[in-house]
Amino acid sequence: MIAAPPEPQAPGLGDFANHDLLEVSMGPHHPSTHGVFRMNVVLDGERVVKLTPVFGYLHRNHEKIAEKNSYLASIPYTDRLDYICSMTNNWAYVLSVEKLAGLMVAERAEYIRVIVAELTRLFNHACLAGFLLQDMGALGTPLMYAFREREKILDLFESLSGSRMMCNYMRFGGCRCDLPAGWREQAAKVAADFVFFLDQFEALLSENEILRARSEGVGVLPRGLAVNAGVTGPGLRASGVNYDVRKVDRYGIYDRFKFRVPLGERGDVFDRYMVRILEMRESVKILDQALRDIPAGAIMDPKVKLRNLRPKPGEAYGRIESPKGELGFYLISDGGPTPWRYRVRPPSLINLTVLEDMCLGHTIADVVIILGSIDIVLGEVDR
Amino acid sequence: MLGRGLLRGFFETGRNFCGSYYDPARLTTVQYPEEKLAPQENARTVPFLVYDGEDPLAGLRCTACTICAQECPAHCMEVVKDTEKKADYLGKMQVKPRVFAIDMSVCMGCGICVEVCPFDSIKMDQVFELAREDRRMLLQLKDLAKSNAYFHQIHPGEAAAVDEARAEEKRKAQAKRATAAAPATPAIL
Amino acid sequence: MHTLEQIKDRIAAAFPGVPLEVIPNASPANQASLLLPPGRAREIAKFLRDEPELRFDYASNVTGVDWPEKTVKEKVKVKKIIDGVEKEAEELAERKTPAFLEAVYHLYSMALGQGPLIIRLRTGNRTDRVALPSLTPVWRSCEFQEREIFDLFGIEFEGHPDLRRILMWDNFADHPMRKDYVPAEPEEAQP
Repeated sequence: MIAAPPEPQAPGLGDFANHDLLEVSMGPHHPSTHGVFRMNVVLDGERVVKLTPVFGYLHRNHEKIAEKNSYLASIPYTDRLDYICSMTNNWAYVLSVEKLAGLMVAERAEYIRVIVAELTRLFNHACLAGFLLQDMGALGTPLMYAFREREKILDLFESLSGSRMMCNYMRFGGCRCDLPAGWREQAAKVAADFVFFLDQFEALLSENEILRARSEGVGVLPRGLAVNAGVTGPGLRASGVNYDVRKVDRYGIYDRFKFRVPLGERGDVFDRYMVRILEMRESVKILDQALRDIPAGAIMDPKVKLRNLRPKPGEAYGRIESPKGELGFYLISDGGPTPWRYRVRPPSLINLTVLEDMCLGHTIADVVIILGSIDIVLGEVDR
Repeated sequence: MLGRGLLRGFFETGRNFCGSYYDPARLTTVQYPEEKLAPQENARTVPFLVYDGEDPLAGLRCTACTICAQECPAHCMEVVKDTEKKADYLGKMQVKPRVFAIDMSVCMGCGICVEVCPFDSIKMDQVFELAREDRRMLLQLKDLAKSNAYFHQIHPGEAAAVDEARAEEKRKAQAKRATAAAPATPAIL
Repeated sequence: MHTLEQIKDRIAAAFPGVPLEVIPNASPANQASLLLPPGRAREIAKFLRDEPELRFDYASNVTGVDWPEKTVKEKVKVKKIIDGVEKEAEELAERKTPAFLEAVYHLYSMALGQGPLIIRLRTGNRTDRVALPSLTPVWRSCEFQEREIFDLFGIEFEGHPDLRRILMWDNFADHPMRKDYVPAEPEEAQP
């Protein structure tokens, strides 16, 4: 006789004992949940009373696979974590291995890394703004404007690394291949066009009454909670906390570039949108500086072996400011060719900790926008 | 004025809409499959094996060293050595693969096999119209081997560089053999 | 900026008698960590968060690690009687390292810009003594990450507000990230 499964609990709803509450499962097949993501939302009319995120539908056991593969073989798997921003995923992993093994990076490769990372940040934030507006009902127009710019950057990535999204470009100590002829000029043109695109985008959106009415005051994240809950990235800075890993850790060569870090005041959905627009403008500035100053030279130390990297036993935690937040890799080596422990610190997962706090009291339509403003990619949440 | 933001937005969409009738920068849609964008030179999809000359088996560069199969992150390659040895372009005796299978449904297209190959024998192809009814897509040696002329067609820069490097190595090997074969100067008695 | 030794001294001053151990890190990353006893871990964590000079208000990464039992062969100096004379000789002795599960916390201070401070908590063994205190009441960012460690490694966090599986489905009955995990179905044959 198989025992019946336990009754589902709904703790903490005693106040609403006299109301009719409706429990809705939003997802995992849902156009607005940004992937296979499910939210069990308990509603009193249209107001959210309780929200439980459920995920794991895209769990691919990346960390266990990495324990069986060599360090080099994990690089293509990191592309597939935050599948939109493959270059920054590569960089975070390669940075951690370089910390673990004590490898130096060629200077030209550092500049190339900054250039592709900022290009990634540009199209990630543009697409996020587009997706957020689509969640609000703009039916794709801002999204397609953003995707037009993204196509130009993906063309750049394809001519550089061979693939538009799964770039597999960084290597330990440098990058896989050098910039092809004419790439720098093309990238400079993309950066210049991007400023024009941002002006158009802001003219289209930032003063729009509907956007403002739907996003101002919605999904407020207080400062103290943001820090305590480990929220990082634009969501943290929109709540007014000045913490950008590029400025704090100064990894790579970010200390050579002049750029500002935009901060928000209220921490609502509009602030998270606006912080991303301003960050895009700062990224273009970094791009201009990097493209101007990139030195000639080798992109990798020719003595570094590609195969059979065996770092000495020890551990390292390396982190970067990915477009979603702080992306970190924690690696423990036992001296063998495969890591003993390989851990991805996913910004999207940890930013989701406060989803319920931000959604309580709002309508279910707002839940969709709040989730959109957190910017999650399920590949990273579930790994 | 209430509605000013909306009006500014309408102006932008109007500009895009009117511009799409004459401005090529706004006409970004490619009507696939009637129109196709030529892939960029560096674009990669799945690997293929290169052979020199006309005969796929005789000209195959692969020596079944199995480094690609060991380094493949997805473990999708199976390489089994043959027993017969033949001379390669440098004159060294090498075996050929008896079995070279790649499961294309598992292959990630990452290109690590190309990076680690010491013999320039496996390169990345650019075909992406690979859909078929059989989900497994296990390609064998006969499906994977494509000529060096094809390699020049899809990656002209890379193929030219590889050919030049191989020609240089052949020259060096021949020069070495010539000095070894020449009789040594006899000692003065 | 405080070094690990300075932080350890501060904790020792605030919590006298609590055993603290610095675990060195041989790699070039030079990120040594502090092993805390599970019993007082939550109080020490609160101290690390609230102490004005330390202010480690941001728990960045919470990881589980599985350390199964390992047999280590070491050369040991032993006094033996050889040919009637007592001499010191080297012998190959076997030693079993203890088996445990570990939770590693990477802490940073957003207020003071310092870090990382790495804290480790170890369980008694891998089978029945797998409980550790949850640090979620101190840092909310541990909430999902400790659930993940419970799901994939099997460490039970006492005091966690909602300890249930997060990535695997609810009725799943094993802990996949353990080193001795065997998947239920055989893997598909390689080509």
